[in-house]
Amino acid sequence: MAAISADNHGLRLWTRYAVLVLIAIIFVFPLVFMVMSSLKPDQQLLSDTASLRAFLPVGDISFHNYTAAFERAPVGLFVMNSVIVTGITVLFSLLICSAAAFAFVFLNWKGRDLVLTLILATLIVPFETYAIPLLLIASKLPWIGFDGLTWGWLNSYRVQIIPFIADGLTIFLFVQYFKDLPGELIEAARVEGASWYQVYAKIVMPLAGPVLATAAILKFLVMYNQYLWPLMVVQEEGYRPVMVGLQYFFQLNVAWGEVMAYLSLITLPVLAFYLYLQKAFIASIASTGVKG
Amino acid sequence: MAGITLNDIRKSYGQVHVIKGVDITVEDGEFVVFVGPSGCGKSTLLRMIAGLEDITSGTLTIGDRTVNDLPPKDRGVAMVFQSYAIFPHMTVRENVAFGLTIAGASKEEKEAKVAEAARILQMEHLLDRRPSQLSGGQRQRVAIGRAIVRKPAVFLFDEPLSNLDAALRMDMRMEIGKLHKTLGATMIYVTHDQVEAMTLADKIVVLKDGMVQQIGAPMDLYHNPANAFVAGFIGSPSMNFLDVDVKAVNGNRITVANPSLDPVEITARHGSYTAGGKARLGIRPQYLTPETDRRSGQLHGKVALTERLGAETVVEVTLATGKSVIAALTRDAVYPLGSEISLSFNPTEVHLFSE
Ligand SMILES: Nc1ncnc2c1ncn2[C@@H]1O[C@H](COP(=O)(O)OP(=O)(O)OP(=O)(O)O)[C@@H](O)[C@H]1O
Ligand SMILES: [Mg+2]
Repeated sequence: MAAISADNHGLRLWTRYAVLVLIAIIFVFPLVFMVMSSLKPDQQLLSDTASLRAFLPVGDISFHNYTAAFERAPVGLFVMNSVIVTGITVLFSLLICSAAAFAFVFLNWKGRDLVLTLILATLIVPFETYAIPLLLIASKLPWIGFDGLTWGWLNSYRVQIIPFIADGLTIFLFVQYFKDLPGELIEAARVEGASWYQVYAKIVMPLAGPVLATAAILKFLVMYNQYLWPLMVVQEEGYRPVMVGLQYFFQLNVAWGEVMAYLSLITLPVLAFYLYLQKAFIASIASTGVKG
Repeated sequence: MAGITLNDIRKSYGQVHVIKGVDITVEDGEFVVFVGPSGCGKSTLLRMIAGLEDITSGTLTIGDRTVNDLPPKDRGVAMVFQSYAIFPHMTVRENVAFGLTIAGASKEEKEAKVAEAARILQMEHLLDRRPSQLSGGQRQRVAIGRAIVRKPAVFLFDEPLSNLDAALRMDMRMEIGKLHKTLGATMIYVTHDQVEAMTLADKIVVLKDGMVQQIGAPMDLYHNPANAFVAGFIGSPSMNFLDVDVKAVNGNRITVANPSLDPVEITARHGSYTAGGKARLGIRPQYLTPETDRRSGQLHGKVALTERLGAETVVEVTLATGKSVIAALTRDAVYPLGSEISLSFNPTEVHLFSE
């Protein structure tokens, strides 16, 4: 009896691992394909796709595609642009959306529920529906910068940053998290003399590690993958982000090897960073321990 | 210099009236306990005093200021919560010093005051720990430490001991009593627990359904309850109530009886009675004495249960009317189950309540 059940258990474990491995393969193979292809000349790259060789570093292997990619497009500039736009947006988004959520959860004001409902309703409106009106507005807005008052936001960082700082999803994430914080902590801080700003800065934000990480990751992914909007509002190379940079490789003949090299360059560091964050993310949940 | 007065204080959530006109005066330095059944509005009242809940109507003064519209930080109160509410991301030291940090106190001042609070509460060895590394009792100390370090004139406690086990509860209860003597501050303390109420309070406020039932010193409530609710709420085991018929009325001397109660004349302290009407007779279990001679008591029935605790014996007696009463004796005794028994009491030690 015991032997049978142990066998049974082993079998079940084996099946579970098999499924997990299969899923992992499905997710990892495109990445492997991308990296391997970036190391091969176009001719071999295309012929290899007919067999498993597509996933193996075989044949004429070199970093030639990478040097070519750097020659064809200002990769460093694009990466820097994306890092600037993404970094600033994530930072301001965390600050502003958490502050908004704080007002929705902890402060009492007229029309609070209505405004929150309206903000949440924006979650179901796809970006494509308001991209054109947004473009029209952005093209006419004033800005005061180093060169005085100017009109129109096109061809800038701000046009890629400001419209994406506040969004319904991020506010929603913070609202849900704040609602679950023990109310007596906030009340205790208030009785101890903290102003609302101090409650936000000294109590709520230090306890918001997990939701900060989640919101940051989601925002990062959205911003780093921006394609349509920068295509619409940025004509100058100087402000172009990475995804739009992909266009440089699709002129006349597609240089597939260089495309793969470019993609590897812009995705792998992000992937590494994400894996690192995931660890920090889990650690932050474990250490604050406010969730029960 | 911080007495507190509540003047016709009311609180409604929409159409739900939770506090229905409460008047309470708390003298400076007094220890006042709010008791009452769950949901009667004790916490709501306390939170209104702290400024955590808006006051729908009425006037609240602390010291000589009307504080209705002041935020919590300007009321000069400290509060200890049932859940302790210590900040999980700060060390014990940072928790205790929180109010001082907010007030912008210097490092030396914080050090000194935290050290003093830690000494009073005997938790010097805990100062560098995180809340997650503390036991329930230790967390409660931290919460109290955070409250006393600013030396506020008023302390508010909302069932601070209800999450502790019985032994720790007793320790902490005594410490809170000592703390009150040491600090001489005004304290308002909410509890479910009779023993806490009776032992700590200078004055008890009994609440029910958002209304004050009676305010008085513990022994005052015990000996002179204003109504049957207070009589039943204060004292343990709780008071026995008998439905009785009013046989004769002679001024405030009322004669009552029922099928299991021999006629007895009681001096009523309050209420109005008419011969032929009904009334309720309240007798504390400690004031019922079983008689060996079955004819000499006033109350007759059969033994339903005997609990022997050594120093104390609790006897449950089923009366002819079907009602049960409890007698508590301060000695060990044996009464056979089902045997006839008669209980006597002193008519001056019982309470009569009109219907
Ligand atoms: N936000 C609210 N909206 C509506 N009713 C409320 C709200 N908060 C409290 N109440 C009601 O007010 C009444 C008093 O609540 P309160 O918490 O003051 O009771 P309590 O005496 O402290 O009870 P307990 O001993 O269980 O702590 C309860 O009936 C409760 O349902
Ligand atoms: Mg309560």
